[in-house]
Amino acid sequence: MLLTGAEILIECLLEQQVDTIFGYPGGAVLNIYDALAKYSDRITHYLPSHEQGAAHAADGYARSTGKVGVCLATSGPGATNLVTGIATAYMDSVPLVAITGNVALSLLGKDSFQEVDITGITMPITKHNFIVKNVEELASIVRKAFFIAQDGRPGPVLIDIPKDITAQKAEYVRAVPQPIERHTKHITSAAVEKALRMLKQSERPLIYVGGGAVQSDAQAELEEFVDILKAPVASSLMGLGALPSTNPYFCGLIGMHGTRTSNLAASKCDLLIAIGARFSDRVVSNPKRFAPNASILQIDIDPAEINKNIQTHGYIIGDVKIALQKLLEAMADEEFKDTSPWLTQINEWREKYPLTYRDGILRPQYIVERICALTKGEALITTEVGQNQIWAAQYYQFSRPRTFISSGGLGTMGFGLGAAIGAQIGNPDKTVINIAGDGSFRMNCNELATAVEYELPIIVVILNNHALGMVKQWQDLFYDRRFSQSIIERQTDFVKLAEAYGAVGFNLTRKEDVDEVITAALAAKRPVVINCEIDPEDKVFPFIPPGAAVDELIMEVNQ
Amino acid sequence: MNRYVISVLVDNHSGVLSRVAGPFSRRGYNIDSISVGETLDPTKSRMTIVAHGDDAIIEQITKQLSKLIDVLKVAILPAENSVYRELVLIKVRADDQTRATISDVVDVFRAKIIDIAPQSVTVEITGDRPKIQALIDLLTPHGILEVARTGLVGLHRGDQNILTQEEIENGKAVL
Repeated sequence: MLLTGAEILIECLLEQQVDTIFGYPGGAVLNIYDALAKYSDRITHYLPSHEQGAAHAADGYARSTGKVGVCLATSGPGATNLVTGIATAYMDSVPLVAITGNVALSLLGKDSFQEVDITGITMPITKHNFIVKNVEELASIVRKAFFIAQDGRPGPVLIDIPKDITAQKAEYVRAVPQPIERHTKHITSAAVEKALRMLKQSERPLIYVGGGAVQSDAQAELEEFVDILKAPVASSLMGLGALPSTNPYFCGLIGMHGTRTSNLAASKCDLLIAIGARFSDRVVSNPKRFAPNASILQIDIDPAEINKNIQTHGYIIGDVKIALQKLLEAMADEEFKDTSPWLTQINEWREKYPLTYRDGILRPQYIVERICALTKGEALITTEVGQNQIWAAQYYQFSRPRTFISSGGLGTMGFGLGAAIGAQIGNPDKTVINIAGDGSFRMNCNELATAVEYELPIIVVILNNHALGMVKQWQDLFYDRRFSQSIIERQTDFVKLAEAYGAVGFNLTRKEDVDEVITAALAAKRPVVINCEIDPEDKVFPFIPPGAAVDELIMEVNQ
Repeated sequence: MNRYVISVLVDNHSGVLSRVAGPFSRRGYNIDSISVGETLDPTKSRMTIVAHGDDAIIEQITKQLSKLIDVLKVAILPAENSVYRELVLIKVRADDQTRATISDVVDVFRAKIIDIAPQSVTVEITGDRPKIQALIDLLTPHGILEVARTGLVGLHRGDQNILTQEEIENGKAVL
């Protein structure tokens, strides 16, 4: 079948079962948009307000569904506007295919209008990228891009397509996508036996779970592993949802804003089992003083994560789900040391150091708790970045993987609304709530227009402290309360703003009104913005200052 | 801090040099030299990278390079089991009084004079680092005007190949 490059591109998307893309038209992608119109019965295109919104939406779609997210932008500024979204996906290992147009081949390298070297720009923030120089190669490049995005540790892949390639014709033959297989080659019996020996020697094991456990869909295996080992579980931000928060062994977040129990457990454990987690600096704080009494056992799909930030004593490289299955097989009929004294200690810490916050007026933590209660822990929660993000992570009880969608690695303010749009499109029957701060929301609030246009019943909860709260918190604690540029007393009326976009707006100022407003928002079945006026002095606790050991210098509510 | 010679087989795409060099600058690894050339299969290139760092850094370099899609194989070439060579061109000041002396030195090193001008000669030498350094030391008093070095290239000694037998049989080709 002789097709244009644009048609070949779309046929290849169809091969990959893509039915949803997020994009923004422009000169270099005119041919692609012309073809998209012809295929509109099979691919739904969503138009955001800004290309960054398209990238975050594709990301939120991918994180919440497990499928590849696809975004499309024109050359030059269209392409560069995707960059933050691509970097966000890269840091959190999200499978994304970003397609950009570029100027015609003959104009490449001549500083042509809207030309940018997007493959050069995105080299360090993609798993791989391609520029298509020949229409004959287009189909194989698209197929490779989808394979690379999903294979092993997932990540974003960019395909840059010069305009003339999309107009030229080539023979297209439909192909079946290369199957994505779980990586098991290195899950050797030697590695599993070594791990088993480490497990059997431990009296005080701690499981530290990360985003890899979510990605590999290992919830069942993880629950069984925890039950057999009888070990407490701490989670990185990305690991939330891998194990239900209600699991009796779950101790909450670990690291900078982790629970005291998780962090004390890391300091006192004799074996730390990292499952799909990468010992980020936000978890480890000071690598020389992290888990000082423990052997480290790491299960991860990416060999480069072994010994990168923390030296390990044993490891299994491969898909977390399969690695746990093999380990569970080896664990059957084995005896493990009695962990009950350790669990008693853990429970003492839990009782002594629960997550707490000041009561009284409208508190952000209380709002999140009520959102959790009123959605029965079943909502898809996206967040912006900063205090709002950590409060959401600490106080929402996640029961399932892929329900907490947050920019963990890159820490991208302005991520949450776009991600919520993608998550809602991928999960039309679920409640999607973006927990935001006033600073982050203002960054990309233009996407409210998108939510309204596509009738997406997203609820944006702005925890409004009229400040860049996390920045202000650091300035409060470490800069002698010199609040340089962190107090933002803008005159924005978020309710009117919501209404101007065609959404519903609520103001929330009293604790007593929380349930009523959230219930009304859930019932609205339209995009809603709830502006919550919270105490500007509220901080995220616990807080381990950077570089400190995780069991010392923990700042708590009263300090 | 040890010096390591790393051999990297890559797909011969445009941009592959940036992809391989990228992690070094981005992650702060020290790179001494890098040389690239086509293999017998024009779709593949071999790079020889000389880097220094402790064992942990070299482990990370090897792993990070292995993750790149265009990289087919990464191998450390250990000194005791590899041959390394570098080609260097040295332009040195030479006149009628000194030219013969320089020529004698060059002969001893089995190097070659490949260009002669009234005030200079250009010497070509191939060898490992100590040999090249020894020649440079002897020529320095004459006044070295310019030096161009290729950086090391290297191979395993004997029959050993950067690819394992299994990889060769799986069609990665002998290079």
